[in-house]
Amino acid sequence: MNIGVVVFPGSNCDHDCQHVLKDVLGQVVTMVWHKEPSLAGLDAVILPGGFSYGDYLRTGAIARFAPVMQAVKQFALGGGLVLGICNGFQILLEAGLLPGAMLRNRSLHFICRETYIKVENAATPFTNRCKPGQVLKIPVAHADGNYYTDPVTLAGLQANAQVVFRYCTPDGKVTPEACPNGSLDNIAGIRNAEGNVLGLMPHPERCAEAMLGNEDGRAIFQSMIASWEGKTLTGVR
Amino acid sequence: MKAKIHVTLKQGILDPQGKAIEHALGSLGFPNAANVRVGKYMELDLDEKDRVKAETQVKSMCEKLLANTIIEEYRYELSA
Repeated sequence: MNIGVVVFPGSNCDHDCQHVLKDVLGQVVTMVWHKEPSLAGLDAVILPGGFSYGDYLRTGAIARFAPVMQAVKQFALGGGLVLGICNGFQILLEAGLLPGAMLRNRSLHFICRETYIKVENAATPFTNRCKPGQVLKIPVAHADGNYYTDPVTLAGLQANAQVVFRYCTPDGKVTPEACPNGSLDNIAGIRNAEGNVLGLMPHPERCAEAMLGNEDGRAIFQSMIASWEGKTLTGVR
Repeated sequence: MKAKIHVTLKQGILDPQGKAIEHALGSLGFPNAANVRVGKYMELDLDEKDRVKAETQVKSMCEKLLANTIIEEYRYELSA
């Protein structure tokens, strides 16, 4: 599988994504500079974490206008898999590829710590290697992860199983206390209606190998690979 | 034309920065200060003499980039 990792000025998790996909999971990775107008030849695209364009104006607001984003939009419209992690999620929101917006964390703090997220929908190209309701321990690192959308859009997300991850306690209880940032409905990650675009605030690329003491993040990348290979083994779940 | 643009979070959306400032003002001896809202202020020169055209352009800038209308509202003033 040939996976593109987009590099914006200020991206800082791009090489972590590259490392996990290439060195840990043995895939082909293409680093895609933000001025690139085409994603030809790629099987999936990742918008990595970081501080694209210094987070000027709003997180993701300027990155949306990078030439590569037109290509990402076309790629997504054509059904290609697009994963946005942290700043990548924020960019997908600003670009309108996912609904909603990010507010400053309720505490105003930059939060950098482990969180637990519950897999609310295990039938997506990004979670097919997870069990429904499985709890993953994945770290967050953000100041603007307080997901917000209007009540009608939220109801739509809930009704269509587009809320893919919710912050929870280590034993899987979705409580207000388990939500680090004030996100509506404990939302940690959502997908689009078509199911091929996912954004999440936690960083799976930071916990995808045994050497780091946590491999929970690996399942998300493995799911993408399995989905692409058409080997979504429902029996394995 | 010069445009002065203010962007703030919509009423009804929690403004954590505003809340923090409100608490600080209370500690400072202004317990009667309430509903603090923090926003952004931008100004720009627009090479356009026609006020109606200028307004259309500024509005478009706000809708498309300067404000995220899911969470923010904006207002602007135009002056010659």
